[in-house]
Amino acid sequence: MTSRSQARLGRSVLLHLFLTPLALVWLFPLWMMVVFSTMPDNGIFSPGIELLPHDNFLDNVANLQRDTNFIGAIGISVAVAVTYTVLSVLLTSMAGWALARYEFHGKGAVVAIIFGTITLPYAVVLIPQFIMVARDFALANTWIALIVPPLFNSLGVLFMRQAFSMMPAELFDAARVEGVKEWRIFLFVALPLARPMLAALAIILFLASWNNYLWPLLINSQPGAMTAPVALGTLIGLTKVSWGGIMAGAVMLTVPMLIVFVLLQRHFIAGIAAGAVK
Amino acid sequence: MRTQNATAYRFLTPYLLVFAVFWIWPIVSSFLISFQATRTVPWRFAPTFNWGRLIGDPAFYNALKNTLLILVIQVPVMISLAIVMAVLLNSPLLKARGLYRFAFFAPVVVGEVAYSAVFRLMFSLDFGIVNKLLESVGLAKIDWFSNVTPAMALIMIAVTWRWAGYNAILILAGLQSIPEDVYEAATLDRVSKLKQFLYITLPLLKPVIVFCAVLSIIGTMQLFTEPFLITERGGPGGGTETLGLLLYRQGFRSLNFGYASAVAYTMAGLAIAITLVQLWLTREPK
Repeated sequence: MTSRSQARLGRSVLLHLFLTPLALVWLFPLWMMVVFSTMPDNGIFSPGIELLPHDNFLDNVANLQRDTNFIGAIGISVAVAVTYTVLSVLLTSMAGWALARYEFHGKGAVVAIIFGTITLPYAVVLIPQFIMVARDFALANTWIALIVPPLFNSLGVLFMRQAFSMMPAELFDAARVEGVKEWRIFLFVALPLARPMLAALAIILFLASWNNYLWPLLINSQPGAMTAPVALGTLIGLTKVSWGGIMAGAVMLTVPMLIVFVLLQRHFIAGIAAGAVK
Repeated sequence: MRTQNATAYRFLTPYLLVFAVFWIWPIVSSFLISFQATRTVPWRFAPTFNWGRLIGDPAFYNALKNTLLILVIQVPVMISLAIVMAVLLNSPLLKARGLYRFAFFAPVVVGEVAYSAVFRLMFSLDFGIVNKLLESVGLAKIDWFSNVTPAMALIMIAVTWRWAGYNAILILAGLQSIPEDVYEAATLDRVSKLKQFLYITLPLLKPVIVFCAVLSIIGTMQLFTEPFLITERGGPGGGTETLGLLLYRQGFRSLNFGYASAVAYTMAGLAIAITLVQLWLTREPK
């Protein structure tokens, strides 16, 4: 073996010796979430160290359901996240298409306002949004309150604008020469070409809605209208509550997303990385 | 080129409507509300009512201090860790890359409530796995929830765990956009790996790193769920209360919208300042 490849091997071993413990530490909370969700409460609150799953998961789900209607809340969360994703993808890709493909009066101003407000903290709009939706529109504890206000997201518009402006103009001009209407060009030429970007955007939006906590906590605080994270959050800090149940809820919120993440990792990472590439 | 006003606005209108109603108008409105006394009916214009109170409010300074303390410690630690993760994940020597990527990126999909619950349980005084492990190697257990310093540390640990991988994804994308031949040339000139990292990689990554830092600062500045759920409403005794939590407490517990809007605009002011610093740091050299 040459000294060069020996040095390479040495570096490779060092790399893995450093990265493996770090990776294990990083996985540990997720692993413990799964372990806790399978343990009875008297096992969680016992002095021994338990690192392997037990078989109490279904009992914990039942305990959780006794503490709060979690299955119902999951149903609301799924319906809201799906509706939100479809609407938001549609709205932001239409706006992105207009900004990428047409010349019109006020275009510069629209782009400047979207860019200019992108780093403003969400906290700034929270109170007026709440007053408007809860008091003026009287829509607290409805699905509309959960779906419509978060539709304003700006990153999606900028992402889709980027996607559409990278497509060659000839594609669309050819259709125009044939006399195809603009909305048909958008629906049947542009959107199919943008499929990978749409997938990335949809995943990120779905995840954002699924995990959203602060807005649903404020606006849908009635038991029957809560989303799953809000319902789970109400249990944290209570005394007579099953922690095994809370962990089972955490697993039900997290594991489906982890599976989606593993299956669609490429789109996921593209969607997140798009934030940085302007 | 002929303008296409009508077509363009047909595509834009639905989005612009939502954007104007739920984003632009609230930005203006919350500024106006911060100058009103909102605990009387009807609200009345009182320019110094909330801002005057803010300037003299120990709870505000406590929240500001806690928020800045978390910012100053947590963001640099997390960004450094994210750079290390990204650079090592990008190494051609790495085997089983997918497993490592999963380990570091998985927290990105975990919701705030779910991970807050897990961290609360893992760090509990008598039955938490962290204290059990500390004791099993002969160290004293730590009371993470009753003392301010460990409670703050816990918040920082939790946020770092959740967000380091997110930043690593952004930095990794930046790394992969650096052309390979830059390194080949440097290797031919016998420039060491460390020097290549310091003098090629880091400068080229600067815009991405600054972007990550700004995103993280603005995110951490609004920190709410972790001190709300993990340290139980900013406990012990307000020791981990952040600006986000103060806004929640004032706006939605005491229903003092005017004062809460003043707190919100303080956060916005900080965010604008930080964005300006970012623009200045990443300006095009003349």
